[in-house]
Amino acid sequence: MTDSAQFADLTKIVKKASEYGQTQGDGVRDQIVSHIYGEAERLAATVVTCSNQRTDWDRKVDNIITSRLLGYPLMLALLGAVFWVTISGANVPSEMLANFLFGIEEWLSVLFISAGAPDWLHGVVVLGTYRGLAWVVAVMLPPMAIFFPIFTMLEDLGYLPRVAFNLDHAFKRVGAHGKQALTMSMGFGCNAAGVIAARIIDSPRERLIAILTNNFVPCNGRFPALIAISMIFVAGGVFSAYGTLAASAMVVVMVLIGISVTLAVSWLLSKTFLKGEPSSFTLELPPYRKPQIIPVIVRSLFDRTAFVLARAVIVAAPAGALTWVFANIYIGDLSIIGHVAGWLEPFGRAIGLDGVIILAFILGMPANEIVVPIMVMSYLSAGAMFEFDSLLAFRELLLAQNWTLLTALNFMLFSLLHFPCGTTLLTIRKETGSLKWTILAAVIPTVIAILVCFSIAQGVRLFNLL
Amino acid sequence: MNTMIGNDTLVSLGVGQRGVVTALATEGIGRRRMLDLGFIPGTIVESVRRSPAGDPTAYFIRGVMIALRSEESSKIFVNPV
Amino acid sequence: MGLTYQSSGKGALREDYLNYNVKGDYVIALAGNPNTGKSTVFNALTGLKQHTGNWPGKTVVQALGNYKHGQKQITLVDLPGTYSLLANSPEEQVARDFICFAEPDATVVVVDATCLERNLNLVLQVLEITHKTIVCLNLMDEARRKKIRIDVPALANQLGVPVIPTAARNGEGLTLLKDTINSVAADKTELTPMRLIYDASLEVAIRELAEELDPLLPPQINRRWIALRLIDGDYTVIDGIRKFLEKKMVKEVFAS
Ligand SMILES: Nc1nc2c(ncn2[C@@H]2O[C@H](COP(=O)(O)OP(=O)(O)OP(=O)(O)O)[C@@H](O)[C@H]2O)c(=O)[nH]1
Ligand SMILES: [Mg+2]
Repeated sequence: MTDSAQFADLTKIVKKASEYGQTQGDGVRDQIVSHIYGEAERLAATVVTCSNQRTDWDRKVDNIITSRLLGYPLMLALLGAVFWVTISGANVPSEMLANFLFGIEEWLSVLFISAGAPDWLHGVVVLGTYRGLAWVVAVMLPPMAIFFPIFTMLEDLGYLPRVAFNLDHAFKRVGAHGKQALTMSMGFGCNAAGVIAARIIDSPRERLIAILTNNFVPCNGRFPALIAISMIFVAGGVFSAYGTLAASAMVVVMVLIGISVTLAVSWLLSKTFLKGEPSSFTLELPPYRKPQIIPVIVRSLFDRTAFVLARAVIVAAPAGALTWVFANIYIGDLSIIGHVAGWLEPFGRAIGLDGVIILAFILGMPANEIVVPIMVMSYLSAGAMFEFDSLLAFRELLLAQNWTLLTALNFMLFSLLHFPCGTTLLTIRKETGSLKWTILAAVIPTVIAILVCFSIAQGVRLFNLL
Repeated sequence: MNTMIGNDTLVSLGVGQRGVVTALATEGIGRRRMLDLGFIPGTIVESVRRSPAGDPTAYFIRGVMIALRSEESSKIFVNPV
Repeated sequence: MGLTYQSSGKGALREDYLNYNVKGDYVIALAGNPNTGKSTVFNALTGLKQHTGNWPGKTVVQALGNYKHGQKQITLVDLPGTYSLLANSPEEQVARDFICFAEPDATVVVVDATCLERNLNLVLQVLEITHKTIVCLNLMDEARRKKIRIDVPALANQLGVPVIPTAARNGEGLTLLKDTINSVAADKTELTPMRLIYDASLEVAIRELAEELDPLLPPQINRRWIALRLIDGDYTVIDGIRKFLEKKMVKEVFAS
């Protein structure tokens, strides 16, 4: 028998099968499914005995967590509590790490100078590479190492599906899928992971919406910068009970803005590029499970540390070196960075930022965690002396660069809303298989970030607010 | 089994009420999904809670809690018990 | 010359489905409803760190891992969780095609002991595809806490395949699971899988089609199941067959 004959036979059989199937309509499927379930039911009945006297804790807990009155306030309170614990907990280890790492920097500098190393080598290695690395580790690691165990614990507990349950209605209203809440939760860790998680949404239209908007959740790489800027400008750069509370509130507000923009953009997409009706939604609410506290802490500590360190080495270190080089090669009486930042300055001003910030966001494309180090290094250009090891010093630096409350607010908004990082874009390309959607995934947020920052800047200037 | 198919759907079940599935008013893939989840005629379903916004609603069916939007649940006919 | 399936090796499509060159002795698939602990079992056996989480759909990317047990090198595949294998969604299709066409040496169905009925639905569907099945009755600790008692020998007896109670998170029952996997993969366990019998007219149609399919399919593929899928109007299965046949043909050409 030849191959083609075989396929022909197959086709014939398929036809016959479909003819039989068609005479039965939905009947065959119904019959098959109910027969299998019936057998399962029968089997289960013969082997399972249940002394049915459970006090159903799950239901009691859910009565509160999804209640009309407390459902939403509790979610908000929990979010705030998580950030508050993260911010207040990260304070001490962050200072310690910074002292330690920048102590090493001094020591390295001494070593380089006493060895008679040329200035440029000291600059590239110590002031560029090492500084970038140290900054990312000191600022990123502690909040991540606190946030993630807590988050993982909530995930293990079974809280995330409840969030999706509570928020589905809003997603339905904007033509999206309730499981988008789950993909957004994953986005806190990393937007690329959030994009991949969108596979749990069956409808291609709604999956795309989830993918294109995932970026509005501040990820791993942005969220410490949000914390740092909130601490500086909302809490005044000093740790106090009131300060951390205010900074946490600020971060919560940012997340809420991110959620609102997600809903707005989802709605817009369902009305334009991704027109369509909401598809079916089914969500299983699993029983609550006691998280394995110790393993979770150990695992996520280890994971996050590895993650942050890897990113610091792969992205932050080279970015630091490159930035130092650009900040120290002069064309005329301005460094390369000076030239580019100068050129970006009018645009930056118009949206309440400045040229250096815009440049940092552009150079930070490969990974969001390097935006702040690049920005700081550019401000410092030519290796100005700077004690990098405290928030207060950081505050001084920003104030010296004419940062105002408006700059801080727009920096946070731009960070929250701007284009996704390179890794995320690559992932979007892979998941959607389309260049068009990938480009849109970069363009939509950027346009929104610019529009929002522009309106705020103009508004503030017009009415002399802030 | 001789079940009468009335006008009640899962949506009309009040929270805490239970019903026996009598029929599905969907076809194609939507119907398959519901069947796979266990919404098969003869199955007992309990309406357990509504989301704070009133929709979706969580149903207890064959040992698990499954949330459905009213679009889906209005296509599942039940006889309250 | 026509196709003779005997000449080509087993698991021609494995590499396709795994995207990975299998060197070990056995390939074992992990299937199951969402959130039953597949990734936890996977991690416990392979020592890897697949992400787990208490929500259905945590695993969306198929994971591979290796472990050694009883002198055998075993490749474990963590499939996405599905409520059924009737191919209503891409994940279901992935899981189903893998179990049917990649010919794993055994399929472990991880089930939630606290809601057996729903999980048995999937077990029965897997048994329709392959008899080399092991039921991993996971979350036994939770079942005990909820005072649910399961007559394991009776269940194994009725299903006709091994049923291993486990609590993967605490490591309970995993040695026995590994022993059983080796034994089933090596065809050393007697399996008498429970058969589902549909009503008479459907059975007649299944039998007729299965007979016609017989010369077209390699021996290890379950004709009855393919016939049933076709009657159900599930044509995605044809892609699977087609891929399978083409792969075998390529092997054939290279062999001659
Ligand atoms: N108490 C208890 N919990 C378990 C056990 N096995 C898994 N879990 C928990 O059950 C939840 C789900 O486990 P996973 O391994 O992610 O489940 P999965 O089957 O891979 O889920 P999907 O990838 O979503 O299909 C997690 O919170 C686990 O910690 C067990 O034996 N006992
Ligand atoms: Mg999993």
